[in-house]
Order: sequence, then structure tokens, then C-alpha cells
Amino acid sequence: MRLDAKIPAGPLAEKWDKHRFELKLVNPANKRKFTIIVVGTGLAGGSASATLAELGYNVKTFCIQDSPRRAHSIAAQGGINAAKNYQNDGDSIWRLFYDTVKGGDFRAREANVYRLAQVSNNIIDQCVAQGVPFAREYGGTLANRSFGGAQVSRTFYARGQTGQQLLLGAYSALSRQIAAGKVEMFARREMLDLVVIDGKARGIIVRNLVTGEMESHAADAVVLCTGGYGNAFFLSTNAMASNVTAAYRAYKRGAMFANPCFTQIHPTCIPVHGTYQSKLTLMSESLRNDGRVWVPKNPGDTRPPHQIPESERDYYLERKYPSFGNLVPRDVASRNAKEQCDSGKGVGETALAVYLDFKDAIDRDGRDVIEKKYGNLFQMYEKITGEDPYQVPMMIYPAVHYTMGGLWVDYNLMSTLDGLFVLGEANFSDHGANRLGASALMQGLADGYFVIPYTIGGYLAGTSLPDVTADHPAFTSTAAEVNSRIGKLLSIQGKRTVDDFHRHLGQIMWDYCGMARNNAGLEKARTMIRELRAEFWENVLVPGTGNDFNQSLERAGRVADFLEFSELMIVDALARQESCGGHFNEAYQTEENEALRDDENYCHVAAWNYTGVDSEPEFFKEPLVFENVELTQRSYK
Amino acid sequence: MTKAINLTLKVWRQQSPNSKGRLETYEANNISKDMSFLEMLDVINEQLTLEGKEPIAFDHDCREGICGQCGSVINGRPHGPEKGTTLCQLHMRHFADGDTLVIEPFRARAFKVIKDLAVDRSPLDKIVQAGGYISMNTGGAPDGNAIPISQETAEKAMDAAACIGCGACVAACPNASAMLFVSAKVSHMGLLPQGRPEAAKRALAMVRIMDELCFGNCSNERECEAECPKEISIVNIARLNREFMKAGVFSEHD
Repeated sequence: MRLDAKIPAGPLAEKWDKHRFELKLVNPANKRKFTIIVVGTGLAGGSASATLAELGYNVKTFCIQDSPRRAHSIAAQGGINAAKNYQNDGDSIWRLFYDTVKGGDFRAREANVYRLAQVSNNIIDQCVAQGVPFAREYGGTLANRSFGGAQVSRTFYARGQTGQQLLLGAYSALSRQIAAGKVEMFARREMLDLVVIDGKARGIIVRNLVTGEMESHAADAVVLCTGGYGNAFFLSTNAMASNVTAAYRAYKRGAMFANPCFTQIHPTCIPVHGTYQSKLTLMSESLRNDGRVWVPKNPGDTRPPHQIPESERDYYLERKYPSFGNLVPRDVASRNAKEQCDSGKGVGETALAVYLDFKDAIDRDGRDVIEKKYGNLFQMYEKITGEDPYQVPMMIYPAVHYTMGGLWVDYNLMSTLDGLFVLGEANFSDHGANRLGASALMQGLADGYFVIPYTIGGYLAGTSLPDVTADHPAFTSTAAEVNSRIGKLLSIQGKRTVDDFHRHLGQIMWDYCGMARNNAGLEKARTMIRELRAEFWENVLVPGTGNDFNQSLERAGRVADFLEFSELMIVDALARQESCGGHFNEAYQTEENEALRDDENYCHVAAWNYTGVDSEPEFFKEPLVFENVELTQRSYK
Repeated sequence: MTKAINLTLKVWRQQSPNSKGRLETYEANNISKDMSFLEMLDVINEQLTLEGKEPIAFDHDCREGICGQCGSVINGRPHGPEKGTTLCQLHMRHFADGDTLVIEPFRARAFKVIKDLAVDRSPLDKIVQAGGYISMNTGGAPDGNAIPISQETAEKAMDAAACIGCGACVAACPNASAMLFVSAKVSHMGLLPQGRPEAAKRALAMVRIMDELCFGNCSNERECEAECPKEISIVNIARLNREFMKAGVFSEHD
């Protein structure tokens, strides 16, 4: 099988227009004959559900939370990029495209990224029209701020709650369609398998999380918007319920998984406090606009920060990267923090933290200005740590935040399984090996509002889809498999809890497949994961039954999938013998310790095909062709 | 100062929506003050699991105070004693060694208990479906800068839009009213020029469905504002009342 990305021919700037014209249309009267399943109600799923329903399709939407307003897109703080160039500071679609490709260390598809930059402006217009209360200038125009990896000010924001406001916009559009009867909403449902009939995705099996009932839903196409897999690391900035199950189940049914080792470690998170820690909290990257990152010059300096004179501080990002300073991309900032801590200059109780200091900004602009920009973030920091960042510098450390890898999709956002579309963080397509700040919101909404409505029509109009209902034998047999797995999880009654296994897995992944990786460590981790997985199926303790609200059982299923999926991350990391973006193999670095790519051998997307739990996945390569940008060593000096 | 404390927890346990609930007592020992409240519950749940008992069911997701999925009543106060704080952002340093904490689900006629501390807040979604939106299909929106909105208006709209839909206002209200929730949405959209065309219809529809769903009326107790983790102001309720009156008197909607 050859991977065909279906990138339209022609000049980059014309591809999307041309493609939209060439895509077949579904006649408005016929749209109501099609049913589309959307799984997940974050920015991608919420916007896709609403938009598809507005067009006339019958949409069935599912989410694991108690309401479609709660998906983890809601936690995005900083902002959303768009190439509006309202600031007249040299921005353009081309520059946003270029920054994104470069930020991703040249491991994303040019055509997809260009389209993303093109529709970015429509997103802002759409959200304003929905009533998203973006920050405004005194004159009433939209305000912007700058963000990591860019030298222009193109980020739109709603205080430190941009994700929340954008999600509430999509949720309100979705709510309107629910009221109109065009979307049937199923909350507190977890997708546990994909149903494939004649090689096409035709439905899903979900568990009703309140009653434990298994439900079958048939459709003409399935759209997965189920987010990323950062919780493979146990501790991450993801929500507690974020998981890989839906995507992984699709992988096991034949959808290829692309670049699973590309994970983003966010530089500005609140450091780990203790072993009971359940998650990590991000402090928006926007703080690096005004905060200065530093460590003591001398290793082992345990004086409180205000006693360390200027001359004995090392503002290492400003020193090493004079042109981007504290605004270098996330992967670079994270690795530098690790490097400082590894050399003994870490601060705080655990010495696994660096300072993010606002003293100069407060002296320069006044406390009021800083409070207006970051008040809610400072408040959040104080709540968690008990320290006041207006008085003492914040302490931050990198944490797992986002996953650039995901199910492989073509230009139409369709996976290698016909009829299975994947949007948002769940796909792999736009961020390459590293995502820039304020680009995730942009991608989720681009996919949902402006890409899928066109491309899914092309699929539905051009495919013969015999009628399928949920009593088809494929549903019965898939549901039986799901039920037997749940029975197995409940029957083991071992001695270790689900969280205990999850924490253990997370530690292995963080130690060996985190910010820096090497071949020996990865090999070792692979063995450890296999052993842990074997132990899980012998010794896990899941209390309760399958017939009611059982949160331990929910988590057990997710952790079981993480225990298989994390091995795929390792396999992918081992196969990519270069460093790029978030994937840093210690053997491949420049003299200045930057990621050293190998464009000759690894300028491709690695896509993996499932062959069995304990057998090697099959490797497929999608070469990346750069016709419009020149591949360079990323430099932020 | 010691970093760990011992607590006595009295937790509401209820197997299913229609079964009878009761308070069970648990000792929470050696709880680090740096833990969040939910991490403390995690620790108890791990112990219960290892003892062969069913852990306490409670809703939660983002654990950073923004998704609105967590929330229980701690010693009579939704989201606990700290002002402007969700339960997941409440840290154990605010409690003293030896404290007894009574932990109950949000109680309201409109919210059914699902299990233990988890309740069904889907009636809040139904209120939004009745009109908490601006009727605008995807595509065709004018340029974002086409309608100037003063900074002051944008800020006020944002203050109202900050609602996380957790339902603490309902749990805090002696009448179990959802007025603060409804008013936040009505204000957020009504303050913005984009939301004006449907302002009257929205206010009428959302208030009507709130009544239908068995939420109570507002009698100016102000408990909602006091317990709101996002400190949504009851100024919004005044705005809702104005909008509602205006709609009732001047609008052609009934």
C-alpha cells in the first residue's frame, strides 16, 4: 500500500481553492440522507458538528464529559493565531505558513499548513460573529499579542481563557443545532471501538458511562476529534480523561498512526510537588512576553531568588538566543530548562525548576498593566503553589503538553480507512515535529469549521455506501469483543490499582521517551513497557462492576490502551534516527546542542500499520516534498 | 510548620440515582498540604480500592479550574471555603490538622445524583440550547474588525462569559435557581452588538426553560455570587431582569 496524501497539483496558494472546486458536492436535499458521527466536542469536534449540521447532514455527536462544553480545548490559555496583519508589522498568510513549517522543524506537509494559514483569518471573523469576547484596543479594534516562535504580533486572545471562549463559541453553535434537531447529542459516552464494514468506517461502539450499557451507532462516515495522547506520560497538562483509546482502537482497525513519537513538552508549567500529583498545570506561554527566565550562575546556589544579585544570574535564553530571547519555540525553551537543571542550576525544593521573573516588567509597566494581562494566571499560580508571583519569581519546569503525532490523514483529513476522518490534535497533519504556541486552537477550528465541511462532502458524494444499521453483524461482533475485554479487566482482581500502573508507565515514558532520548534508553523502555503490560493483565485491580458509573473501569480501559500505544511511540522514536523539534535523540545534535535533522534520510512522515499486540507494526513512509520553503537548520539566535 | 495533616471525612455515598444515600466516615491521614482537594480524594480512593471497597465517584476533568466539571459541597459550601476557587484548585493548605469535612454532592431539584458526588447537570445544557447562542452559520462572517467594540464593553462581556457552567450557583441558592448562570450568558451576548438582534428572544426563551426544568426563582439571596468560582457578579442578574422586562413589554415575542 502506498500512502497517497492526495495533495492537489498547482501552485501552493491555489491548491485549496482548486481542490474545493474539484470536490464533488452533495446536493442540499440529499445531505439529510447522510448520517455523520462525530466523536469528541473540543474545538474540532464542536465546530465540525455544528457546521455539518448547519449544512443539513444528520449528526450524532459523542463526548465523555457530562457536557459538550467541557472538552480540554477549554484549558488553552494564551490565544489563537491568524494572519490578519492588523498590526501592520509584516505578517501575511505566507509568513504564518512559513513560521509554522519552520517551527515544526520541517516535518509537516506544506499544502496542509498553507491551507491552515489561509483559513486562519476566517476563523477570527467567525468567532467574532459568534460573540467570542476577544480583547480589544481602546478604539474598539481587536487586540493582538506576540507568542513564541514568531516575530510578529498575530495572536488573538480573550484574557488567559482563549480556549474556553472559543470552545464556548463552538458549543453555542452546537447547542443551536441540537435545539434544531440536526445534532443528536450523546454526553457521558466513551467510544470503545470502531466498526468497519467492507473496508469503510461505518459506526462506533460506545459505553454509556452512567449505565454501563454498550450502544451501537451506525453512520455513513465517522469523524474522530478525540484529542491527543499526552496522558501516556501520566503526568501532563491534559485533562484527566484525555486518552488515546478512540484513536488507538481506530489504529487497531486499520487506520495508520503517524509520527507517534512527536510529543511536545511545554516549557512553562508548575513543577511537580509530590508523588500524589495527578496532573500538571500549564502557565501560558504568553507569560514569556514579559517574564524573564533565569537560573543562578553557580550550580547548587540555594539562596532565595531576591538574594541572588544580577551579576550571579544567568538569563540563559536571552544570552543564547539574542534575537528571540525568551520567545524561542517551546521545544528549544524546554530543552534549555532541562539542560540548566541537569547541570545543577535548578531551583526550588526539587531543583527541577527555573525562575520566570516578572520583576523587571512590573518595574517597567507597573503592577496594574501586568495584572491586566496575566491576572488570572498569577492567581492560578498562587492558588496552586501558595506563592505570590508579584513578589517572588514563578518557578516553572517543562511538562508534557501536546502531541503532534496522530492518526495519518490525507489532504482531505481522511485516514487510511475510508470514511474515517480525523481532526484536530487527533490527527498528525499540521504541526510537524513541534507545534508553535496559539496554533492548536487555530488548527482545531480550521479543521472543523472550514475543512471537513468541504472534504466530507467529496467523500460522501463520490462513494457508494449501502445502507447499514446498527443490527449488522459487524456491530454485534465488535460489541462482543468490547464486552469481553471489560469482563476481563473486572475479573483479574489483582493487587495493583489502575493509577499505580499508569503512574509507573508515565515514569518510564518520561525517563526514556521524554525531552531527550537515546537508543539504549528507548530499547530498555520498550522491554519495561512489555513487562508492565504483561503484569497489568495479571495483576490489575478494578473494583465495582460494568453495569454502572465506574470510573476505575473507565480508566482501566484507557491505561490498557496506553500500555500498548506507548510501545508504538518507542518504536517510532527508535526508527527516527535524527533529532527534530520535540524528538531529540541525544546522538544527533549540533555543536550548540540544537536538534540536528537528517533531511536526506528522514524527511518523511512515518506511518505505522497495526499487525498485532506483540508483533512489529508495519512501517510506511510518506516523503515530505518542500517546493516552497528551503530546509534550513532552525535558528532562533 | 508541618506539611501533612490528618482529617476526618464524612462523604455522601449513594449507589444510584434512586437509591438511598448516607454519609460514610473515612480517616484521611498524612495528607500533604500541597495536595489539591481532588488529589486528596484520589489518595482516599486508592486506599478504598486496595481495601476491596468501591472508590468515591466524583466528577472532574481539567483540574485547572476551567472545565467546570468538578464540584462538591464542602461543609455546606459549594467548591469549599476559598473564595473564587473551584474544588480542583482548592489546596489542602487551607485546612487544619484535625478538621472534619462533610463532603456532599451539589443538591438541587434540577440536578439528580448519578452516584456519590456526581450529579447530572445536563439541564444547564438545555438552557443554553433554548437560546444561549448567536444564530450565525459558519461562513460569511464580516471582517473581525468590521464592528468596533469598546474595550469596556468587551471587558464586561468577558466578565460574564467567564462562567464555567459548574452549577455551584444553583447548589448555593436556597431556591436552587439558575439565575446567575442564565444571566451570565444573557449578559455576555446581550452586551455585544452581535448579540443584540436576538437579545429579547434569548432572555425570554432561557428564562422560560429554566422554569420548566424545575430551577427555582431568584429572591436576591446573593449566595450564588458568593460561591461562584469565577466570581460572576449579580449585576448580570440585574441585566437579565432588564432584558426580560424589556422583552416582555416591548417585544412581539411571547
